[in-house]
Amino acid sequence: MSDPDVPPSALSGDVTLPAVLRDVEPVRSVRTPIRLEYSVTAGSAAEAYLRAYAEKRIVGHRSPVDGAVFIPPRGVDPRYGQETAEEVELAHTGHVGSFCVTHLPIPGRSDLVPPYVSAWIHLDGSAIGFLGLVAGCANEDVRIGMRVRAVWKPDGELGPTSESILHWEPTGEPDVPFERAGNRAWRAGGPDGRDGRQERGDA
Amino acid sequence: MGDGGGLRADLVLEYPFTRTTGPVIGAFLTGLREGVITGIRRSDGTVMVPPVEYDPVTSEPLTEIVEVAACGEVVSWTWVDPPRPQSPWDEPHGLALIMLDGTDTPLLHGVLVGSAAELWTGMRVEAVWRDERVGHICDLAGFAPEVPGAVA
Repeated sequence: MSDPDVPPSALSGDVTLPAVLRDVEPVRSVRTPIRLEYSVTAGSAAEAYLRAYAEKRIVGHRSPVDGAVFIPPRGVDPRYGQETAEEVELAHTGHVGSFCVTHLPIPGRSDLVPPYVSAWIHLDGSAIGFLGLVAGCANEDVRIGMRVRAVWKPDGELGPTSESILHWEPTGEPDVPFERAGNRAWRAGGPDGRDGRQERGDA
Repeated sequence: MGDGGGLRADLVLEYPFTRTTGPVIGAFLTGLREGVITGIRRSDGTVMVPPVEYDPVTSEPLTEIVEVAACGEVVSWTWVDPPRPQSPWDEPHGLALIMLDGTDTPLLHGVLVGSAAELWTGMRVEAVWRDERVGHICDLAGFAPEVPGAVA
């Protein structure tokens, strides 16, 4: 086993150079930008999910195995490879399962002004979280278990996109206890962790 | 977004990587900037181009950077028409594995000819350098058919 604190020899600089390269400034880094342009076809499950946003609705799929609700719907329960088809309309409220404060700007995303908060939003009635922005309070006040509601774009600006929800804001309700927030309750649910049904009773 | 034919979106995934080269790849890129092609010598005396940091058979670290010829022979090729939008080349061109003289692994690069009819396995080619070089594989503009007698 090599010592993880010792750089591999290929990175330690111990190479012999031809005369032509001995007295010149060596190249130490190289720019290798990558760019992939591609198009995505939503498919039936994601298309219904996206079109629901234009109607100010949030929909998931219920697993026929144990009733767990997944959002965004993929047309399959990824745990069992079981097809899902039952559409479930979800509440516009939920809680923060986990979150991250981003302090660095992302090139090309001038709409995201640091520092901002992205979070796993666990909707009431959903077994899993999905990604959203949290605003409407100080970043320092965002916490795991905080209850939030969707802030939608004006009705005239809704479209078949998750961006129809601008962000999530605090509702002011009491927090979901830490040990039941996010997927923590899910893991605690069954003896073998297979029970994905909502256990919080906040659906 | 499609009209009735299903939702579709055009997306772009982009990362502005800068990589640290280490001394071996760094030497290759330094060479390109200086207008020479380099390889690395294995313990059996064979030379790999571009240089690699470890021997592909024995896994031992390789350290002996050597200058190699800037001309050689096309050992395999394809014709690219049209080039993709982000290709280094704007015009249709060959893309070939080129075994430089005195080396033992082929280098992948463009061959600057006007049509596939001007490209064949076994043809002799020589490096075409850009005037402004920065330490990048594109410091080589490509390879062109060797002019007999013009290359040492």
